[in-house]
Amino acid sequence: MRQSMEILAALGKIYGAADMVPVTSVQVAGVSYKTIGDAGLEYLQDMVQKGAKVKVPTFLNPAGMDREQWEALRVPPAFAKKQLEILDTFAEMGIGMTCTCTPYLVGIRPKQSEHIAWSESSAISFANSVLGARTNREGGPSALAAAICGFTPNYGLHLDENRVANLLVKVETELKGTSDFGAMGAYIGEAAKGKTPAFVGVKAASEDRLKSLGASMAAWGSVAIYNMQGITPEWNVVDGAEEITFGARELAETREKIGGDGKPDMVAIGCPHASLSEIEEVAVKVRGKKLATKLWVCTARKTKEAADKAGFTQAIEQAGGNVVADTCMVVCPLEEMGIKHAACNSGKAAKYLTNMFKRKVVYGDVGDIICE
Amino acid sequence: MRVNGRSISKGTGEGEALVSKDAISFFGGIDPKTGIVIDKGHCLEGKCIKGRVLVFPRGKGSTVGSYVLLQLKKNGCAPVAIINEEAEPIIVVGAIISSIPMVDKLEGGAYAKIKDGARVKVDGTSGTAEMEG
Repeated sequence: MRQSMEILAALGKIYGAADMVPVTSVQVAGVSYKTIGDAGLEYLQDMVQKGAKVKVPTFLNPAGMDREQWEALRVPPAFAKKQLEILDTFAEMGIGMTCTCTPYLVGIRPKQSEHIAWSESSAISFANSVLGARTNREGGPSALAAAICGFTPNYGLHLDENRVANLLVKVETELKGTSDFGAMGAYIGEAAKGKTPAFVGVKAASEDRLKSLGASMAAWGSVAIYNMQGITPEWNVVDGAEEITFGARELAETREKIGGDGKPDMVAIGCPHASLSEIEEVAVKVRGKKLATKLWVCTARKTKEAADKAGFTQAIEQAGGNVVADTCMVVCPLEEMGIKHAACNSGKAAKYLTNMFKRKVVYGDVGDIICE
Repeated sequence: MRVNGRSISKGTGEGEALVSKDAISFFGGIDPKTGIVIDKGHCLEGKCIKGRVLVFPRGKGSTVGSYVLLQLKKNGCAPVAIINEEAEPIIVVGAIISSIPMVDKLEGGAYAKIKDGARVKVDGTSGTAEMEG
């Protein structure tokens, strides 16, 4: 507790926070053994030894593997052992094993203006932009400290003045599928250069597409909040904001830039974690077929349970695919599992998998990339 | 000479300054078992930070770097104190969880005057640094 308070006070000092603000929920990142390694595990064990317990509802970002199916999914046992030790330390502190980047799809949905301390970049974007809640980009230790103290330094996106958009994006092309939203996110993420984008010209966007857009902008350019006219609860654009256009040419060029070719070893859906309707879309597509390529649909455990009940999981498994919970293609040790090339429908996954494999992913919507 | 700065992590530490003109990534940049800088091309490559007052502009790289500072401490290879030009979260969190005294923003341009090898005493509680000369 004392050390957590010291961390928050020091962060408040370097960011010029006037005070602390209570938070209603905390999302802790730095869960996968692939990310934090032995250094992180030892830190968490230290915290447990000191008796650390969380004060507010706190839940986890995805781990490095599915807690139940890891053996069947061929996760190396040495990795699994360490991953389970990490999860044990979090459970010991009273943290929920949600292991998802989409807490808002499994019942953790802060209201507009609610202060929270979340860690995963796409969840931060969704909470700030689509829900209108308020969170900075927390790191693993700062989120843990907020969970233990129940508050966070009051600076950045907790304050009205830092939530104003200053980059007006005129969308002048029709965005057809999730992969178009991901591509626009990649383009605007890079173009934003620290600015906050506000989109005009998007007529309709489902939550699934907004989650893809936000994830991609966060991955390609660390955008933590955006506005979309007529769609997001906040619409605050500064007078004289810089304007840019995203049209058919920009869309085509971005798709060209992020997508590669060749036969993938794996098709990975669910970055951010798939909603029930996204799992349904895959199930409908593959029902009664035999897939030629390994397929993972990554999701939250609670969403998977709903998919199990609806028969979607069964349809996907019968076709030879997997519905994978607790983890995703970005944080699990795919290289150690023999995967060298992947296909995806997510701008964020495209960025990370391309870095991981040193080869451009095959990029497209579910209908384009699932191979029979 | 005693100068005021900003208190970041409490406690006092005294030792020989090891001055880096480059930012430091603890994750992947320093061997947690030995305290030796392994970052290729870094101005401190091959040097050992153990027991030194580590003076560097700021942290960079992965946030896992905070945890590496704790590993260094547990392995007895941590610096005795840290002085940054301007602190950022990776080093701030790392110093606090590892109980390494730390200050930043020294007044009067004192940061730039710290000489490599000089005897320096850091008081992280009061936010001051004392150095030879």
